[in-house]
Amino acid sequence: MTRSQKIEEKFFKLLMILATYFILAILAVIIYSIFEKGFKSISWEMLTQVPHGGYYYGKSGGILNAILGSLALAFGATLLAFVIGMPVALYLNVFLIRHKKVISVIRFLLDLVWGIPSIVYGAFGFSLMIFFGLQTSLLAGILTVTLFILPIMIRSMDEILCTVPIGLQEAAYSLGSNKSEIAFKIFTRQSISGIITAVLLSFGRGIGDAAAVLFTAGYTDHLPNGLLEPVATLPLSIFFQLSSPVPEVQNRAYASALVLTLIILIVSLFSRGLGKRYHKTKINF
Amino acid sequence: MYLLNRKQRHTVNSTWMIISLLLVALLPFLLFIGLYLKSVLLLHDYSLADLIFSKVWRPSAGKFGFYPFIIGSVWVTVVAMLITAPICLLTAIYVTQYTKKFFLRIMHPAIDILAGIPSVVYGLWGILVIVPFISRYLGPWLDVKTMGYSILAASFVLSIMIIPFVLNILIEIFRSIPTELKEAALSLGATQWQTIKHVLLRKALPGIIAAFGFGLARAFGETMAVLMVVGNVVRLPKSVFDPGYTLPALIANNYGEMLSIPKYDSALMFAALLLLAVSLFFNLVMHFFIVRYNKY
Repeated sequence: MTRSQKIEEKFFKLLMILATYFILAILAVIIYSIFEKGFKSISWEMLTQVPHGGYYYGKSGGILNAILGSLALAFGATLLAFVIGMPVALYLNVFLIRHKKVISVIRFLLDLVWGIPSIVYGAFGFSLMIFFGLQTSLLAGILTVTLFILPIMIRSMDEILCTVPIGLQEAAYSLGSNKSEIAFKIFTRQSISGIITAVLLSFGRGIGDAAAVLFTAGYTDHLPNGLLEPVATLPLSIFFQLSSPVPEVQNRAYASALVLTLIILIVSLFSRGLGKRYHKTKINF
Repeated sequence: MYLLNRKQRHTVNSTWMIISLLLVALLPFLLFIGLYLKSVLLLHDYSLADLIFSKVWRPSAGKFGFYPFIIGSVWVTVVAMLITAPICLLTAIYVTQYTKKFFLRIMHPAIDILAGIPSVVYGLWGILVIVPFISRYLGPWLDVKTMGYSILAASFVLSIMIIPFVLNILIEIFRSIPTELKEAALSLGATQWQTIKHVLLRKALPGIIAAFGFGLARAFGETMAVLMVVGNVVRLPKSVFDPGYTLPALIANNYGEMLSIPKYDSALMFAALLLLAVSLFFNLVMHFFIVRYNKY
C-alpha cells in the first residue's frame, strides 16, 4: 500500500468520525438550547392556566388550552388511526400472506402516502372541511391528523407483523382457528410490543405536527370543549407566541417548546420501555 | 360472552378490514383528486406553464406566478441536501463498518430523538441559534449583508431535520450488504477503505441514491421550520444569504386570507397539488431504485 493510499484512508476515516460526532453534537446543542431557554421561563402558572386578556402582550396566563388541546387532538387521531390502521396491517399479514404481489403494491402505496408532506394533508383536510360545511374544529383536526399518521401507524405495525413466523399461523389453522381469529387473537398478542411502539410513534408524530392542523383545528384561548369547537394546539401556540414582538411572550414560546419536547421525549421513552417489557410474552421460535 | 357467534364475528372483522384497506389504498388518489378539483378553477383561467414560470405574485390583481416559490423551494432543498448527503453517508459508513455494535445502540436513540423533535421546535432552534449565527458571524466574516433569515438558515435547519430520515435508510442499506462480498474483497488484499470505496459503495449506489431522493422529497414539503427562518420575501434569491419563500410556506402563511380574494384558495390548493405531485414523483422514482437495489 502506497503512502498516498494510507493518507487517503486516514483522511476519510477522520471525516467519518467528524460527521458522526457532528450529528451527536448537533443533537446535544438542540436539546441544550431548548432546555436552557425553556427552563428559564417555564412556571407553574403557565402549565395550569389558560391565556387571560392581553396574554399575547405579556399579561398573565398560561398555555393549558394548548396542552390539553394537543393531547386531545393527538389522542383522538391516534385512536382513530389505530381503529383503521391495525385491521389493515393485520389483513396484509394474515389474509394476503399468499399474495405477495398484492402486498407489495399496497406497501408501495403506503410508502407513497407516508412521503406526502403534512401541509398537503392540511390543505386537503381544509377542502374536505369546506365541502362538508364544517368549521375549524377539533373533529376536523382529528380527521386530518388521522390521515397523516395512518401510513406511519400501518407501516410500523406491518414491520413487526411480517416477522411473525408462518409456522405460528399454520399451528393455529391446524387447531381450527379462522383467519380473523388468527389476526386478532394470535398476531396481536405475538407482536404487542411492536404495536405499542407503532401507536406511540404515531402519537408523537401527531402531537408535534403543526402544518396539518394549521387550517383545520383553528385556535382558541379556551379549553377544548366538544368535538365541533376549535381547539388550540402546542405547535401553533409556539408559533404564534414566537411571532410576537414582546420578549416575555417569546420566552413563553421557549417554555411551550420545552413542554412539547418533553411530551415527545416521554412518549418515546415509554415506547422503548413498554416494548422491552412485553417482549417476554412473545413465543420464541 | 360474545354477542355474535364465531362465524358472524369473522364476517364483521373481515369486512371492517377490507373497508379500512380500501380507504387507505385510495388515499393517495383521493388526495390528488380532491386537490385537483379545488385548483381546477385556477387551471381553467391560466395555463400550467403560465402559473409555473410567471414571476409576478399579486393575488389581489389576479396574478399568480409560482416561479419565485418554486425556485425558493428548490434552492432550500438542494442546499439542504448538499449539507446532509455527505454527513449522512460518512456517518452511515462509519457506524456500520468501523465501530462495534454497541455504538449503533447509542446512535439509534440519538437518531430517534432527532426524528421525534417537532418541526416547530426545529424552527425555534433555528431562530435562536442559526439565524443569529449567520447574521452576526458568518455574514460579516464572508463580507455579505444578510439579516440571518435566509435560504442558508432554512437549508441548515432542514438538513438537520432530514438527517435521521436519510441516515436510517443508509444504515439499513449498508447493513443489508452481504458480508461475503466484503470478505472476498478483503481476502484479495484490499484494505478496508478500498473495500468500502470499490465494493460497498458500488453495490449500495442505487440504495444511496434512493435514500437521498427520499430525503429530497421530504425536505421539499417541510413547512413550519422553513417558514420560520426563510424570511418569506417573494423575490428570486440571488445567493444563499438572501431571504426567500417556499411553496409550503406560501400555503401556511396565507390560509387566513385565502377566502377573501377570488381564486386565492384555488391558487393555494394548486400549490398543495404541486407539492403532492413532486412528492409522489420523487417517491415513485426512488422506489424503483430501491427495487433495483434489492434485485442485485
